[in-house]
Amino acid sequence: MYQYDEYDRALVFERVAQFRDQVQRFMAGELSEEEFLPLRLQNGLYLQKHAYMLRVAIPYGTLGARQLRTLALIAREYDRGYGHFTTRQNIQFNWIELAQVPDILQRLAEVEMHAIQTSGNCVRNITTEAFAGVAADELLDPRPLAEILRQWSTINPEFLFLPRKFKIAICSAVEDRAAIMMHDIGLYLYRDDLGQMCLRVMVGGGLGRTPILGLQIREGLPWQHLLSYVEAILRVYNRHGRRDNKYKARIKILVKALGIDAFAREVEQEWQHIKDGPAQLTEAEFQRVAAAFEPPAYDSVVDSGVDFETHLVQDHDFARWVACCVKPHKVPGYASVVLSTKPGAASPPGDLTAAQMEAVADWSEQFGFGEIRIAHEQNLILPDVRKQDLHALWRLACERGLGTANIGLLTDIIACPGGDFCALANAKSIPIAQSIQRCFDDLDYLHDLGDLSLNISGCINACGHHHIGNIGILGVDKNGSEWYQVTLGGAQGKDSTLGKVIGPSFSAAQIPSVIEQIIATYCAYRELDEPFIDTVRRVGLEPFKERVYASRPEELICVM
Amino acid sequence: MRNVIALRSAVPTLLDDDPWQLLRDGDEPLPAGRLLVPLKVWLERHGQRPEGQDGLWLGPDDEIEPLAPLLAHLPLIAIDFPSFRDGRGYSQAYLLRTRLGWQGELRAIGDVLRDQLSHMRQCGFDSFAVREDKSAEDALKGLAGMSVLYGRSVIEPRPLFRRR
Repeated sequence: MYQYDEYDRALVFERVAQFRDQVQRFMAGELSEEEFLPLRLQNGLYLQKHAYMLRVAIPYGTLGARQLRTLALIAREYDRGYGHFTTRQNIQFNWIELAQVPDILQRLAEVEMHAIQTSGNCVRNITTEAFAGVAADELLDPRPLAEILRQWSTINPEFLFLPRKFKIAICSAVEDRAAIMMHDIGLYLYRDDLGQMCLRVMVGGGLGRTPILGLQIREGLPWQHLLSYVEAILRVYNRHGRRDNKYKARIKILVKALGIDAFAREVEQEWQHIKDGPAQLTEAEFQRVAAAFEPPAYDSVVDSGVDFETHLVQDHDFARWVACCVKPHKVPGYASVVLSTKPGAASPPGDLTAAQMEAVADWSEQFGFGEIRIAHEQNLILPDVRKQDLHALWRLACERGLGTANIGLLTDIIACPGGDFCALANAKSIPIAQSIQRCFDDLDYLHDLGDLSLNISGCINACGHHHIGNIGILGVDKNGSEWYQVTLGGAQGKDSTLGKVIGPSFSAAQIPSVIEQIIATYCAYRELDEPFIDTVRRVGLEPFKERVYASRPEELICVM
Repeated sequence: MRNVIALRSAVPTLLDDDPWQLLRDGDEPLPAGRLLVPLKVWLERHGQRPEGQDGLWLGPDDEIEPLAPLLAHLPLIAIDFPSFRDGRGYSQAYLLRTRLGWQGELRAIGDVLRDQLSHMRQCGFDSFAVREDKSAEDALKGLAGMSVLYGRSVIEPRPLFRRR
């Protein structure tokens, strides 16, 4: 993991002191709400329905055991004993007192963490995939460049008041698990024919009100130019992005208005002025940062021991868990383990109690090298587990409610906090997730259905990424009551697709049966072991629409 | 103008005798003295007024590049922040200083507040007309900012990785 040096430390502690002063001035009435708003947002602090919410950055989803214990401590001492992991590799605390925020930030700074720029119209937390550095299909480790970008974008004075928020993701594996096409800038790192590290740059992707996949603006950008190229994009956006309407202010609208070619020309022109300047990255800096991500001291073990094989054969539940929660590792004898935060209706997706966080921190040390990852699917990952330890870890995880064998399956639901917490939401998300999870609680059946993503957003801002769920559910407001629009066919990864709306919205009570009808249609049309998304792509939406709408009394349909 | 902080040999100084009058609207009758006028007015009056009597202020929509031939005739350039949340002025300042090589005084006007002063300073502003209902003395505390700058800026062109 990256370790702070004196500069990194000085910055986070000075930031805490600065925000402590700003909070005091706000509470004393010296700063108006309007003046305080962007200051608190850029320190991760939202005002929600019931209380302040603090969003803490987990840069590129990587946490140390000590850091996770601090998050547990914050949950226990300053919140109601739990935290919520988000789709952007952050954690949110929902019940925060403003006056205590500086103390919380101080606690975070002590373990090399912060909440800087987790909100506001600035460059947000840089994200990558949860299996960075360990995935079997990885080309290059994206974390050094992610850390370099994190530093460069942190309190970059020119770009703190952009037209709108700005999200950057980087990935470098055969499978794109970082959803880079859904970001304002998506970076794909690879080696060119000469073996040089290069970047493919995508721009203008995003979900929200106007979901658009990013478009390629540059191929083969030498990595040394990463910062200057991103700077050129940001400068063009900062100058020319719309500011008259917050719903038209994301860079995707500018790219669409100019056209990708004209936008690319603007960027190129700007970039020519700065590309060979001091922002050009040096090999020394790359090596300094990359050294922090050197692989740990793996044991040399056989890939698959006798004990592990025996457990697989004898223990059906264990084998089922291994099938979906254990992911291939670069190093023989090791695997990465996904701990599901979705045990079913008992707990909202992404929520972990303080005790669970502490348990995960312990396991990361007992079964790994003290490192934990956060996936954008809101699950936790232990990246370096020896296969011979999997059975022991699985038993512990089950005791703590973190061993549900549903990763990638229908009940591994991605959901935003929704109307229970969020002031922006049109509708609740959590009860919808729970009602579906209650309907589909037979694990054998879920495994038969296979890979299927279901995403729920409580409003058009799309924090639950409903557009890219195989099944997407969007909360909408209709004359003050909560309704839900359903989309089908969304997908993430290299074949990213935006889902299509199947028709008029449903009430909350109807959703479980709607999902049942969708699944029944899939089963009727499925060929052999065909995954859900392939069936939808093959047969189209019609059979699903017919079945879902035929089975419901018309008067229940809310015509949107 | 009132409430102006200026960096004099890098030392922040509260001016009590700033000679500039800000003219927001070109239609009003022009007062005597040194005026800070919008680009359009400046261009109309250029050549009619003694050199150095008219300064220029830019709105966030104004382009920077066409100013290049005018720089030699300008005693001061100001950039307006209609709202402190409108960040275009930061990029305008960067371009004026770095691309056009403007060496003279660069003043932030409009919604200029204590908590943004250090960012403005990093982007090359060297005078700050603090919003008139705020205390400029209090705003002085906002100029220092943080001791660490990861990236680069107008006043520190080398990113931290070249200084680390």
